[in-house]
Amino acid sequence: MAETQLKDDRDIRLREAEHPQSLVVRFGAEKPLKLDAGVELAPFQIAYQTYGTLNAERSNAVLICHALTGDQHVANIHPVTGKPGWWETMVGPGKPIDTERYFVICPNVVGGCMGTTGPASINPATGAVFGLEFPVITIRDMVRAQAMLLDHLGIEMLFSVAGGSMGGMQVLQWAASYPERVFSALPIAAATRHSAQNIAFHEVGRQAVMADPDWRGGRYFAEGTNPRRGLAVARMGAHITYLSDAALHRKFGRKFQDRENPTFSFDADFQVESYLRYQGITFVERFDANSYLYLTRAMDYFDLAGDYGGVAANAFKGTPTRFCVISFTSDWLFPTPESRAIVHALNAGAARVSFAEIETDKGHDAFLLEEPELFAIVRGFLESAGRARGIPPGRT
Amino acid sequence: MLTRLQRDRTMEETPRAPTGARVDHLVVAQMVEPRSRVLDVGCGDGELLKLLEARGVDGRGIELSREGVNECVAKGLAVIQGDADTDLANYPDDAFDYVILSQTLQATLRPRAVLEHMLRIGSHAVVSFPNFGHWRIRLALLFGGQMPTTANLPETWYDTPNIHFCTIKDFRHLCEVAGAKMEKAVALNAWGSPLRLNAPWWFWNLMGEQAVFLLSRNR
Repeated sequence: MAETQLKDDRDIRLREAEHPQSLVVRFGAEKPLKLDAGVELAPFQIAYQTYGTLNAERSNAVLICHALTGDQHVANIHPVTGKPGWWETMVGPGKPIDTERYFVICPNVVGGCMGTTGPASINPATGAVFGLEFPVITIRDMVRAQAMLLDHLGIEMLFSVAGGSMGGMQVLQWAASYPERVFSALPIAAATRHSAQNIAFHEVGRQAVMADPDWRGGRYFAEGTNPRRGLAVARMGAHITYLSDAALHRKFGRKFQDRENPTFSFDADFQVESYLRYQGITFVERFDANSYLYLTRAMDYFDLAGDYGGVAANAFKGTPTRFCVISFTSDWLFPTPESRAIVHALNAGAARVSFAEIETDKGHDAFLLEEPELFAIVRGFLESAGRARGIPPGRT
Repeated sequence: MLTRLQRDRTMEETPRAPTGARVDHLVVAQMVEPRSRVLDVGCGDGELLKLLEARGVDGRGIELSREGVNECVAKGLAVIQGDADTDLANYPDDAFDYVILSQTLQATLRPRAVLEHMLRIGSHAVVSFPNFGHWRIRLALLFGGQMPTTANLPETWYDTPNIHFCTIKDFRHLCEVAGAKMEKAVALNAWGSPLRLNAPWWFWNLMGEQAVFLLSRNR
């Protein structure tokens, strides 16, 4: 039975990588993606979802950038897991990012595994899965690819770019690389660079994947294996960093899982263990292990200041974009001082910036969760930007 | 430092014009040229910024309280969480036409440094503050023998965020040492009406419950 399940997983993952259940735009050899690594990716494809309608002026497009383990399925049932979209609280009819007002686009990032070209895609040069032959990509590469998608869709200027965590990094990169194409920007729980602590966490995750004998030097598709245990451990470790001590204590405390007493074994006695194991197991069903390596690497390499002579403010000099920076009090992965550094960089350029810190015990993941204050702020910011951009107000 | 939000909340009884705007806000707003760039330091719940934006001003705000900031941002105002005493240093020179400090000066740790930063960041500064030289306060101290509390300044000395009260005369002295040039000044009585323009300073210092100063760099 384990054998058949493995085969199904593999088939699903290969299908989603090549023929996703999404819109797909394919760029041929004449339109290569120039990567920071110094090589070109061609041909390549971008899988994306859209919601709402582009207006006649083409002025109401909102780009949503997903986080490390997110994908393009923002506000629809996920084709693999059958679960609701990852940001349905935020995006939809009448929601803060209102699909009755805005034309929402969410692409899967380059290096991802849900239909945009990544390590689980077929390498046209060999006819086999890329694996580690896929070039290392950066946040800037992801944004460059998204700009090509917008060119393809005929969208000159985005009304807004929004995203949390790795999505927030893409938002900042958008504002830095294409200031004239970004009317407003919403980086949530983000940073101008990945901290040493965060790189360290990512390295632990990658080592867990690579230590799994089923990883096979990244050639697990060819060898018919899947480093499930390694990827699950990576996910479990990372998941802890997305929460907070207070939230874990509130949800689980020291409570036992379906038992009265400890079993004096290494079973998942505690609820928190059982929860983490579940997080690990469900993750490997939908995510490609190599993709996890590439995307964590892209985040590690992110350093806006490094790209602009060591001064993050230079990335935003004279920017016309209006910004709304948001952080969460209990986020220790991208803590408030990181967002404050973004604000300082923007202030140094006298940019139009709002910055709100939201009080919550839900940690980094708060941006994905039910946070009424977050919704009010995003709604207010977009409505005000919409007035400035001449987008008619939504229903009240 | 005080959050202006707390202060705004305590000033709900403050004099208002028929339009609903606070009189002291209107006086500040009249000192600001339309379509200019303004930074409101300690912007509270954003009421003054809203008033300014309605007049075509490109406004930004700093506010200490998270509650106030989030309320402002949800209103669509460009406001960041920050502290006048520490965060003004992050702004470049001449970034704004006006930097406003409305009812906040007396709550800063270092009023002189704050004023100097304001005049560095903006070509003009607008400062409004409660006048501790008002006759009612003088009488309360003289006869009561205790730190005065009034309708405008209701907190006791141990609860108040106002750690640097000053009189109009004191503020004029600060302007001198900080190199600020006085362009305009208005003193408001307890009912929010401006005092006679040609009155001498000692009269304003005695009868003015609040004062609003428009300053520029004296260099």
